[in-house]
Amino acid sequence: MKNKVIKFMTQEIKLIDEHGLRLDKRKLEDLRPIIAKAGVLKNAEGSGFFAFGNTQAIASVYGPKEVYPRFMEEPERAIIKTVYAMAPFSTTERNKPGPSRRTIEISFVIRQALEPVLFLEEFPKTMINIYIEVMQADASTRCAAINAASIALADAGIPMRDLVASCSVGKVNSQIVLDVAGKEDEQGDVDLPVAYYSRKKQITLLQMDGIITKDEFKRAVDLAINGCEQIYEKQKQALRTRYEEVEFE
Amino acid sequence: MNDDKKEEKKTEISNEDLATKVKEYEEHAKTRKFVLPGDEIGFGMAGSGTYIEQGKIISKVVGLSDKKNDTVFVIPLNGTYNPKRGDGVVGIINEIALSKWIVDINSPYTATLSLSEAVNEFVDLTKTDLTRYFDFGDIIFAKVSSVSKSKIVQLSMKDERCRKLYNGRLVKITPTKVPRVIGRQGSMVELIKKKTGCQIVVGQNGLIWVKGENRHKAVETILKIEEYAHTVGLTNKIEEFLSSNNSTSGCEKQSD
Repeated sequence: MKNKVIKFMTQEIKLIDEHGLRLDKRKLEDLRPIIAKAGVLKNAEGSGFFAFGNTQAIASVYGPKEVYPRFMEEPERAIIKTVYAMAPFSTTERNKPGPSRRTIEISFVIRQALEPVLFLEEFPKTMINIYIEVMQADASTRCAAINAASIALADAGIPMRDLVASCSVGKVNSQIVLDVAGKEDEQGDVDLPVAYYSRKKQITLLQMDGIITKDEFKRAVDLAINGCEQIYEKQKQALRTRYEEVEFE
Repeated sequence: MNDDKKEEKKTEISNEDLATKVKEYEEHAKTRKFVLPGDEIGFGMAGSGTYIEQGKIISKVVGLSDKKNDTVFVIPLNGTYNPKRGDGVVGIINEIALSKWIVDINSPYTATLSLSEAVNEFVDLTKTDLTRYFDFGDIIFAKVSSVSKSKIVQLSMKDERCRKLYNGRLVKITPTKVPRVIGRQGSMVELIKKKTGCQIVVGQNGLIWVKGENRHKAVETILKIEEYAHTVGLTNKIEEFLSSNNSTSGCEKQSD
């Protein structure tokens, strides 16, 4: 028994088995099961929920409203404030609430990923607040956050060119995989989140850590764009069901 | 009181007229299509709620696409009120300055109502207190006389419909759903006025003032319209709802 445990501890976990399946029985180019909803919060002007398997994020949008603090006001456009936060219970070990170096950076990149699609010049001297809370974290939280925020912005009626879809790709056991999850994130070689503006075929977010060859990188981005297109459809479906399922009593 | 009587006379429409109007509106409403940001919609001129990219008209909001005289536009389902020149709005007096009032018009921008635009007589500012005309918290119906590029909003009371609204109840709805509450040429509002016998003033900014015995029923109806604004055949359903007498008892107890 003791030997077995030791063997288990020292053995490297196989992230991809001989059939080309991953730990959660997905193929290399499959996404995790997706749940997308719009209008989940009552008090927000717009809200969205997005889940990739065990990664879940809720976004709420308030505004356009008066700018506070006043000095941040822009005379010809609206400003966006994004707050990305992880719930204390979202990770296996308690996550200290409040802003940290990591959440501040992610808030910033989310804002940059969303800004290109918004018609900010329609609401000068105002502010749009986007609050994103990660309820469960199992890798690709910033992607889930962008997807939820994008649904919430559309639900709030803020004019936008298109929805932004986002997903991640990674390199695990020297193979390119779509939608990195759990162990793959911890033990994989590369994690590469991508946000995609599908109407103009532009990438609005691209981050990477790890080492990857040029050829692999190109394949990875193509795979990510493919995943984003699938997510884009789910986001649209979420907004459609929000209004189509209402029946008059 | 004279104003009220005038208004009643003006708005009197026969039942048949109302019925045909409602029918026309509902027929038209069936042609609308649900669109999302990034969806391509029809051909023609690009109206509100749309933008042009590579010669295609694309929706920029979640809403219902519609066509009127070759102009394609989208009626948004949600959003804040963006003041436009000529809109009639219901506002709440928020602040009194030296010779003007600051008015909350349920929008990201506050509006100002200057003394000369509000009062038709000579006012000696050294002797009179402006609260004589409008006090804090007073509700007014005013017109937007100008909106500058940097969104400085000016109101005016120089219109026969503009006045101070006494008593009554104020409801807030999503500003983009106001056209549905009004209906084609005021058909929906007329319907509610007729069935409940209330006075109703609808502001383009989503604030609606209701006064009368049956105001709770009217408010309930308005909120119902807001909830089901995007469904087809709403006017008939609302008519049924108004005829049935299943008012929620909780509503009767609400104070103004």
